[in-house]
Amino acid sequence: MSETLVAAERVSKRFRVGGGVSRRELHALDTVDLDVRRNEILAIVGESGSGKTTLGRSLLGLASPTSGRVLFRGRDVARFGRDERRRFRRALQPVFQNPYSSLDPRWRVERIVREGLDAFSLGTPAERRARVTEVLEAVGLTERHARSRPHELSGGQRQRVAIAAALAPRPELIVADEPVSALDVLVQAQILNLIASLHRDFGLTLVLITHDLDVVAHLADRVAVMYLGRIVESGSAADVLERPAHPYTRALVASSVHTHRTPGAERARLGGEIPSAVDPPRGCHLHLRCPLAMDVCRGVVPALEPRPDGRLVACHAVSAGETGPHTDPTKEEPHADR
Amino acid sequence: MTPLLRFRSVSVRFGDVSAVDDVSLELSEGELLGLVGESGCGKTTLALATMGLLPSSATVEGAIDFRGQDLLALSEDERRRLRGDRISMVFQDPAAALDPAFSIGDQVAETIRAHRPVGRREAKARALSLLREVGIADAERRYRDAPHRLSGGMQQRVVIATALANEPSLLIADEPTTALDATIQAQILDLIRDLRRRHGTTVLLIAHDLGVVARLCRRAAVLYAGQLVETAPVERIFEAPAHPYTRALLAALPDRSRPRGALAAAAGQVPDLAAPPPGCRFAPRCPLVRDECVRRPLRTAVSSGHDVACWAAAPAASTAAGEIVAATNGGR
Repeated sequence: MSETLVAAERVSKRFRVGGGVSRRELHALDTVDLDVRRNEILAIVGESGSGKTTLGRSLLGLASPTSGRVLFRGRDVARFGRDERRRFRRALQPVFQNPYSSLDPRWRVERIVREGLDAFSLGTPAERRARVTEVLEAVGLTERHARSRPHELSGGQRQRVAIAAALAPRPELIVADEPVSALDVLVQAQILNLIASLHRDFGLTLVLITHDLDVVAHLADRVAVMYLGRIVESGSAADVLERPAHPYTRALVASSVHTHRTPGAERARLGGEIPSAVDPPRGCHLHLRCPLAMDVCRGVVPALEPRPDGRLVACHAVSAGETGPHTDPTKEEPHADR
Repeated sequence: MTPLLRFRSVSVRFGDVSAVDDVSLELSEGELLGLVGESGCGKTTLALATMGLLPSSATVEGAIDFRGQDLLALSEDERRRLRGDRISMVFQDPAAALDPAFSIGDQVAETIRAHRPVGRREAKARALSLLREVGIADAERRYRDAPHRLSGGMQQRVVIATALANEPSLLIADEPTTALDATIQAQILDLIRDLRRRHGTTVLLIAHDLGVVARLCRRAAVLYAGQLVETAPVERIFEAPAHPYTRALLAALPDRSRPRGALAAAAGQVPDLAAPPPGCRFAPRCPLVRDECVRRPLRTAVSSGHDVACWAAAPAASTAAGEIVAATNGGR
């Protein structure tokens, strides 16, 4: 197993919402453990409110945990001095979802891509210009694009600019939050190919935050599935997607089957709605929607426990052996929503 | 039998921009047809043209026959009477489709009263039963709720209840699940399928996501840059796509069976619709492009119910079709 580059250790993040008497706390992350290993592509998957974006921001040092720690090469980032913090910030670069709003519209592409180099004072002005040309080329853009402003570019080109800007300071890890979800299928394929080639050619570690399981299946080595602020299942992407163990993962896999109809998908459906992260259910967050819910699920939070195949699953029913990753999903009990 | 809806050589322009170019397509009574394409391909424009909701800057040519009557020949008043009654539409963003100032129940009831001579009480009773039918739990109590108190999935259910309020013959659903989370999306697609079965409503489902169409539809039509390129039973679209664009679309889908980074990403970009290429608009990106492609390809049948508009894919000889399969598969 390769070395851990960044890790979340029992990270919780709460946000205050509302004010006065209606002031409450939103639990974006609830004691999350996750390690990102050097040179892997790790996908974090979940629906809205799952905390996947907050987890990505925590790993980047852009959101400080309410409790728990983020470790970079085994050291607590909260205790970093000025120089260490700079090195950490340079080593981890973000790529955001929306290439329409994440790029400064007033700047030319050259300056957008150079910004990180300027901020970290990397190299001489001539070296910075050379680096900009180099990374633009790496993402398939030319001198002509370097002189353009974002609005003159297509969505795919803008996302290439965002990726080039992230690459410029030679990071070790890129956290890409929904990098292709705003793009059309053919453009999306180009960007996914680009991400794969950067990973291969530059030895980058990638954290890919996405709701799209097909993207995970195509790119990721490992996947962590989140529901309402907690990781419910993690493991090798192939294992998790082909034999999902957690009832939530099963429903997610069933609801995203593309291009062919899978028998049994109907029965892995979840009824009900995603509860609010301000007032999540007690016990397992899924129990109100879960076809396998038992009494214990209503009161006790299931721990993320290792299964024989190496993956981690947080489910009382799976632990109790009532069902397992190898259960034929078509034999599952009918869903409980109607 | 007359189709319920029939586009006859429909073209839509916004000034210089040719958004829809000579589209002909039929929906038979009770059918659920998926209209697929990327952003800007003209799918929403076609829907709005059918609804009579295009801005006045648009020029529409051709005919859109609804039960044999050309909608484009009707007066604005006649079109308004059809809208929300015989023909209704569900949009992508439910929050924008609902009026924030009215309770969800009133919105459904008002839609009924706008088209039917019924009293308030009767409209309310009918609205309640619709809300129940689309799966609003505790509809009685939620009737007075403002839309913002509901989740996106529940809001979309209310929009669907509104669209079905007067038992329309045709429901146009434009990306009805795109704004929703995966597990909620699955619920809404199930709902649309169940409602169609129960009421026999003809549905035109617009989606950019082939997976959504595969889940729900028997037949699909593929649009590219305003042109209809292929119409076929859904299985044929996936198993034997005939148009190079449809093939490119399928080959670009991320999939675990393809090696990482080896998605077939078609080169180039969607053309500028203010200056589209002559003839087939996919030609500049097409691996099978030939001299004829500067002329508009005719729609030809490759098999029963499977039509394609492509010079290279024309079924003149079965060997030609074989070549395409070889050429496109080789590119994967």
